[in-house]
Amino acid sequence: MVQAINLALREEMARDERVVLLGEDVGGDGGVFRVSEGLLEQFGPERVIDTPLSESGIAGIAIGMAAYGLRPVAEIQFMGFLYAAFEQLFSHAARIRARSRGRYGSPLVIRTPYGGGIKAPELHEESTEAFFCHMPGVKVVVPSGPAVAKGLLLASLRDPDPVIFLEPTRLYRMIREEVQEGDFVVPLGEARLVREGTDVTVIAWGSMLERVLTAVAPYGADVIDLLTLSPWDEETVLASARKTGRVVIVHEAVRNCGFGAEIAATVADEAVLSLRAPVLRVTAPDVPVPLARLADCYLPSVERIQQAVDEVMSY
Amino acid sequence: MPEETIASLSVRRLSILDEAGTVDSSLMPALTGEEMRRMYELLVLSRIFDARALALQREGRIGTYPSILGQEAAQVGSAFALAKADWVFPSFREMGVHITLGYPLHQLFQYWAGDERGMRTPDDLNIFPICVAVGTHIPHAVGAALAAKLRGDKAAVACYFGDGATSKGDFHEGFNMAGVFRVPAVFFCQNNQWAISVPVSRQTAAPTLAQKAWSYGFEGVQVDGNDVFAVYRAAREALERARNDGGPTFVECLTYRVGDHTTADDASRYRQAAEVEKWRGRDPILRLERHLAAEGLWNTVYQAEVRQRAEASVDEAVRLAESVTPPEPAEMFAAVGAVPSRRLRRQQEDLRLGR
Repeated sequence: MVQAINLALREEMARDERVVLLGEDVGGDGGVFRVSEGLLEQFGPERVIDTPLSESGIAGIAIGMAAYGLRPVAEIQFMGFLYAAFEQLFSHAARIRARSRGRYGSPLVIRTPYGGGIKAPELHEESTEAFFCHMPGVKVVVPSGPAVAKGLLLASLRDPDPVIFLEPTRLYRMIREEVQEGDFVVPLGEARLVREGTDVTVIAWGSMLERVLTAVAPYGADVIDLLTLSPWDEETVLASARKTGRVVIVHEAVRNCGFGAEIAATVADEAVLSLRAPVLRVTAPDVPVPLARLADCYLPSVERIQQAVDEVMSY
Repeated sequence: MPEETIASLSVRRLSILDEAGTVDSSLMPALTGEEMRRMYELLVLSRIFDARALALQREGRIGTYPSILGQEAAQVGSAFALAKADWVFPSFREMGVHITLGYPLHQLFQYWAGDERGMRTPDDLNIFPICVAVGTHIPHAVGAALAAKLRGDKAAVACYFGDGATSKGDFHEGFNMAGVFRVPAVFFCQNNQWAISVPVSRQTAAPTLAQKAWSYGFEGVQVDGNDVFAVYRAAREALERARNDGGPTFVECLTYRVGDHTTADDASRYRQAAEVEKWRGRDPILRLERHLAAEGLWNTVYQAEVRQRAEASVDEAVRLAESVTPPEPAEMFAAVGAVPSRRLRRQQEDLRLGR
């Protein structure tokens, strides 16, 4: 995925001179995960900018650059440090188009490593996508592999509104697959049916997708990779729920008010008469992300996902 | 090894037009008689607009409103130096800047009456919508200035905020980046000495606000904020420096908030009347009238004409603002995103059907 994202940035920066990458260590160091390797050399210091240690400031200047007419891509080193920029994103990026009645927009992308399973220090394994899904005016995108990462990032870089692009850190080097060069765009707001079946609907995103695919092996499952969380593809999810009558949602984030709750509420609203079993969510418990020694019992495991699928199938 | 002083700072204070109306001619900026009269007319228009807004609020015709009374010179003097290509990032108490730049008066009334369409900047102006979250627009200004620099545009960016904003994190992060990237920005602090009920002496232990720029690698200068010539001169110099790749400047305009924080505030609860009266006597308009009179450019007939014209402009703006068709519920959904999502369109339809 690192190379896929690097390729997307490289291609789009060559195609659109308004695209500027900024963030801590993105230039000379090529990014702490090497995602922006080689970009400073290719595009120069006016397109790849190393910033001071200043997340709110980074988001804030990205907003100013976008207002002026550039297409900034701001990297925040880890999702846990995005919180410092929360005010800039919600009080401003999300609202500038509405506040100015369309005169100004915030066409910016915030990219950040997201999610757990990498045995990292505190605040380096956050999965708080729900906070950003609760912001009208902001889009939230989560790729599940290299190919979709490239396509989604190209779409995000071309979107006229702010996009939070969450890159599952665990997947940076885990999956290898063919990635199309050139203008291969995965549209935002469209989910992907990764596997088709009639027994059960399992919905996931990011690094959980791969665990879901393992867990549903004994069944004929519709496996939906949401790809965009906000706005999310209700049509695909509801069509599947009405077909199978059994829904399981899997996410790394904590249970309480996690994005799974939004999906569950929508299914209960618009597909309840098709349901044959309760809508289950497999999530992390409502605790702060633990450090390495307890990490394995925190994230939804293949076993826990399997148990939930078995349960809905038992009705 | 003996200790040596490796750095020290100094802060200039600029004052040109005193309360008696006398100017220091060695510092007087180059302004024609016509330009000085234009400045005067904008000061009067700003004051009359502001007084009308307060009256409208009392009548329930607009909502909560933050008065600019006493701060007219800091706003008009600085905005007078801006060029068409320059960008402006205001806070919420800069109506004098808006007026000087030609922002439609009726839109200002519309906005403060709660109609967001008032905040749609006309296409020929580069004024960002007002910022309510104190100081958080400072990085926006820095980003826009950085973009202008990267683009090679000969534009400067003006950012306005008050003394309270200098305590916010974004002030520090924004100033730091402005210095690091040497952006073509001018930061105007209207130090009106009160952040609601908190006096500037409780806002910071620093003896001046201007010196805060020094920590970020650029100059901060203090000016008498009620002296329209000093404000104008400092603004001109800073904007020219910015446009010629000289980097950012911080201009602290020391002025006074003669009115309440907003119409929802009662400053008499926390301020001494004597202090307010002292500053009322330092009126920016009065001292300019005295100077213009001495130059043969002002008399009471002219004063009455200017006031009459300003009242007429404001009357027309109120009439126009109140004749606009009120916004429809659909307006809530317009412009949330460039393209509304299916979900949002459904919600709009549900609302229309009363669901």
